[in-house]
Amino acid sequence: MSAILETEGLVKRFGAVAAADGISVRVEEGTVVGLIGGNGAGKTTFLNLVTGHLAPTSGTVRFEGRDITGLPSRRITRLGICRSFQIPQVFASLTARENLLVGLGIVAMGRGAFVGSGLGGEPPEEVADRVLDRFHLAAHRDRPAGVLPEGVRKLLDVAMALSVKPRILLLDEPTSGVSADEKFALMDLVLGAIREERVTVLFVEHDMELVRTCTERVLAFHEGRVIADGPPAAVLEAPEVRRLVVGEPGLREGAC
Amino acid sequence: MSDARRTALGLLAAFAVAVAAAPLLPRWALFLVAVALGRGLVALGLLLLIRTGLVSFGQGLFFAVGAYAAGTAGSRLHVGDAVALVLLGAVAAAAVAGVLGLLLARYRTIFFAMLSLAFSMIAYGLLVESPALGSTDGFNVHPATVAGVPFAGRAEAYAPYLLALAVAAAAALALDRFQRTHLGRLAPAVRENELRVEYMGASVRNVVHLNLVIAAALAGAGGAVTALAVGHIDPEMAYWTTSGEFVFVTIVAGTSSVAAPFAGAILLELLRSYAVQHAPNTWQLVMGATMLGIILALPGGLWSIFTRRRGARP
Repeated sequence: MSAILETEGLVKRFGAVAAADGISVRVEEGTVVGLIGGNGAGKTTFLNLVTGHLAPTSGTVRFEGRDITGLPSRRITRLGICRSFQIPQVFASLTARENLLVGLGIVAMGRGAFVGSGLGGEPPEEVADRVLDRFHLAAHRDRPAGVLPEGVRKLLDVAMALSVKPRILLLDEPTSGVSADEKFALMDLVLGAIREERVTVLFVEHDMELVRTCTERVLAFHEGRVIADGPPAAVLEAPEVRRLVVGEPGLREGAC
Repeated sequence: MSDARRTALGLLAAFAVAVAAAPLLPRWALFLVAVALGRGLVALGLLLLIRTGLVSFGQGLFFAVGAYAAGTAGSRLHVGDAVALVLLGAVAAAAVAGVLGLLLARYRTIFFAMLSLAFSMIAYGLLVESPALGSTDGFNVHPATVAGVPFAGRAEAYAPYLLALAVAAAAALALDRFQRTHLGRLAPAVRENELRVEYMGASVRNVVHLNLVIAAALAGAGGAVTALAVGHIDPEMAYWTTSGEFVFVTIVAGTSSVAAPFAGAILLELLRSYAVQHAPNTWQLVMGATMLGIILALPGGLWSIFTRRRGARP
């Protein structure tokens, strides 16, 4: 299988702190990868570096073999790397549907259309309604995003990222702020939608049970480095990961 | 009926009524409405900026550029056609905004407001110091023609009124349509969350720059209309109090409809002329008190009277 995303020696320093300290990762197309690690381990920094929000101090990011290091995030988005945010980044006074239409409109403009879809594609309005349906957001269609409950905003944030048909989707803690009993339902929804689109997914997650069941591969971060990389069972059992990331056995038993 | 059609039909109906009412209106009212619509065009541009999340305290600059471009072309280059002069005013102002936007589009909030004000004051200073453009006195504008008919005799009162109406209606219609395009939809998105707009693949700075240019073109058209209606232009058009008045009109009118800035501008001009007539020494006080009342009673602007009743969002 070919690597769709490849980073080589990614370093990001903020003064004396190395938020990313030599991250080299190859991600194969179509895989679902979980990123775990404590607060400040460098997970979000890694996402920010890949999406161009931060420029690395050194190192490279390659997407489908192409060097995309240092490109602005809008260019990287247009290449097919999209992300959702830990704190939902929505357009508060716009309705849920209008929120989706922003991204879909940008895609349509990329095809040369100022209204409608361009190039005989599906009209953005119809795509928006379909995405709302699929994410069970239809009831919130015409409500401003700012008044939606946190969990719904989270879902809308993910739906926005997925609606523009990315090749890689980066989800930053998609289930944080979502109640424990809704977490799995939400991930089922997200991953179901993602499987249909055959997207490569990297997601940051603190719930180890979710990581175990939803991912094929796990990267464990600690102090800006990847300390373990492999199938979830192996990574979550690795002594170093248990000590530094997951916590000693017993501490988290019954947490979910 | 869709919002777009309702707005279009509303604008066309208002235009038709205003044209039909022309013979019934006294001369002073024709003049007042023409001047108000010229200013309303600037406020329409500000409405677009406010929807993008920006408040410019320097729209007087583009207002003046439009007026001076139309006035100069009329008297020096002998361009007579009023529509051509209005277009010229819009293009000249848009071109200036195209250049200034390179810097302005990088700023937001109070920094944007202050920078726009600074540019307008520089323009004011340049106009005051330009003898060729009449310095502080400005100059008289050559009477224009509409479809070959000169602004003279009976037509003198009607021509600016009809010209202003036509330009205002066309501009409002065009802006409303623009705001319903994919590009137009990015304006409120930029206001709400710039980070996410970039992360959906669009350049925030380009969106801001484009909206600056459109707002300037509207202000330039407004300046040209005003110049042709009044027959005289002077540097006061670029002065910061003029810019402040545009912001005032836009806020008081409300930003929920493209018709609001024109209604607000007409109301302000009516209020001003009555206040000056009945309270020549304290008219500013009357104006201020009225505006305060409007802001307190209708925080969404005057136009919210209509949208509130329909239950629409502001």
